[in-house]
Amino acid sequence: MSGVWVWIEQADGQPLSASLEALGLARALAGNDPVTALVFGQSVDGVAQAAIQSGADAVIKADDPTLALVRFEPYIALLAKLVAEQQPAVVLAAATLDGRELMAGAAADVDAGVLTDVTELALDGDTLRALRPVTGGKVLRVETIQDSGPKFATLRARAFKALEPDASRTGTITEVAPVLAEDAVSTKVESVEQHAGGVSLTDASIVVSAGRGVGGADGFDPVRKLADVLHGALGASRAAVDAGWIPYEHQVGQTGKTVSPDLYIAIGISGAIQHQAGMRTAKVIVAINKDPDAPIFKLARYGIVGDLFEIVPALTEAFRKRLN
Amino acid sequence: MHVVVVTKNTPDTEATITVDANGGVNWGDKMVVNPWDEYSITEAVLLKGAHNVKTTVVTVGTEQHAEALKHGLAIGIDQAIRIWDPALEGDDSLVYARAVTAAIKKLGDVSLIIFGKEFSDSASDAHIYQVARLLGWTMLGFVAKIDAVDFAGGTIRVQRLTEQGTQTVSSKLPAVISVVKDINEPKYPTFIGIRKAAKADIPVWSAADLGVDLGSGKVKVERYQELPKRVGQVELIEGATAQDKAGALVDKLIEEKVL
Ligand SMILES: Cc1cc2nc3c(=O)[nH]c(=O)nc-3n(C[C@H](O)[C@H](O)[C@H](O)COP(=O)(O)OP(=O)(O)OC[C@H]3O[C@@H](n4cnc5c(N)ncnc54)[C@H](O)[C@@H]3O)c2cc1C
Repeated sequence: MSGVWVWIEQADGQPLSASLEALGLARALAGNDPVTALVFGQSVDGVAQAAIQSGADAVIKADDPTLALVRFEPYIALLAKLVAEQQPAVVLAAATLDGRELMAGAAADVDAGVLTDVTELALDGDTLRALRPVTGGKVLRVETIQDSGPKFATLRARAFKALEPDASRTGTITEVAPVLAEDAVSTKVESVEQHAGGVSLTDASIVVSAGRGVGGADGFDPVRKLADVLHGALGASRAAVDAGWIPYEHQVGQTGKTVSPDLYIAIGISGAIQHQAGMRTAKVIVAINKDPDAPIFKLARYGIVGDLFEIVPALTEAFRKRLN
Repeated sequence: MHVVVVTKNTPDTEATITVDANGGVNWGDKMVVNPWDEYSITEAVLLKGAHNVKTTVVTVGTEQHAEALKHGLAIGIDQAIRIWDPALEGDDSLVYARAVTAAIKKLGDVSLIIFGKEFSDSASDAHIYQVARLLGWTMLGFVAKIDAVDFAGGTIRVQRLTEQGTQTVSSKLPAVISVVKDINEPKYPTFIGIRKAAKADIPVWSAADLGVDLGSGKVKVERYQELPKRVGQVELIEGATAQDKAGALVDKLIEEKVL
């Protein structure tokens, strides 16, 4: 067998945009071979259709209550069994928390190599070659897997392009049964607490981040307004998180999240190396800081030197006028 | 009952990392304990304080990684073990996981293995999930809090971060967990701890000692590359008032189709 498989992750019955980006790459890697989407969960017909519209020729679907939430054991048992039986050339997923666990775990089951969090990927015969940022993005490393059997990789969000969805595309859907019954699974998800609204940081095309310069939890108010006007996600430096002004889930950087938006606005953030680790792959960086010597200006494309409490509201107003 | 932490040394985050003409890398001279492992090692020490468990810190690596082990001993871990074998050269996660798995089996009575979220140098976490899989244990990744653990009863309940929020998950032990920054305030070595750690005898286990064939890795590191240089310098937006500056910036971004 050959072909490229993509595990499609979902939230609220919708595929993650990073999974659709993985399908876009799969389409390019597969050439004339088929692209197969793996859709596991409960009531996932919509996700299967979306995968076909975004480039899958076939879907392998498992619809079962034991798969309703992503769990390590039942997901990997199923994935590894399918891969062992059908021997796809490449298996891809978005490099989300779950994507990383599943690809690495299944690779262990079938004794395969896995390349994690890659930003470029090419398939040349039996060689899968990846470029990936290491040490907080300070250097890049080229890794290869040379093997005729299955090869796994996880892809950094926003590093690859999804195809335009095409509602006229068709594909086959094959149903499979889970491998593990509920009593063979050691974990039970007791409750799930969703983040309150907002745009997910790792998927966002615009990120507006603030740091110690905002001076307190209230200092985030003008920043949040700017993020809202831009439909962007709200980020923060570790200094702001450690001060308790904003929850950890917003932290960008070496010990927080890695983002690669089209536009990153850093407000009252000095630009320490550990912060840069999480945002240096942004396409355009704008810095607002009262200190003209702040390191962030070395990375930024545009800068405004001044007091954020004057600049940010003015910027929000200017965007509101121009974008309407 | 036994809690194991797996760690290594990584370059100091401030280190200047350089790439040579052959695609080799120089990590800089200062190495520190992997930043994520400050949390995992601390968590093991906290569990030892609250429960009657033995703690061990393990590294897979050359002599230079002994520093990470000493950090663990200095903050209160009971014993350290270093695993090294030439078969571990390279950076394949599955070979690494086979070594850790064999060490866990040799230790015998392990209920919980704690990893920091990832290794900051290779920026990889694959080995963590592979250890869980090779042992046939479950994995609780990205744990922000251990709500409850009952080593005798063999259960644990944690809060883990997901892409969309937080989950409360209960599980049977033994298990592998990885922890994120929210979990604790890292402990730092004391003077007495450092002295004790300096004197500790750290055994080195080879593949033969572990009785395991580590195999060869499928992932090969081909070369390193510098980052593409950012072209151009920052353009500072000037203007008489905040409104002028803001307007000028928005014009630029729209002109350049950033928005
Ligand atoms: C192991 C390790 C891991 C780390 N991980 C991370 C991480 O993941 N993410 C992270 O961000 N940091 C991380 N750090 C911390 C990092 O080193 C810095 O301490 C942190 O990023 C500083 O945050 P900051 O820029 O908000 O604060 P500061 O460095 O204090 O900068 C505040 C900035 O605000 C400006 N300012 C103040 N008032 C105003 C105003 N009114 N208007 C405009 N500008 C103003 C100042 O000029 C200054 O440049 C880590 C550190 C270590 C050691």
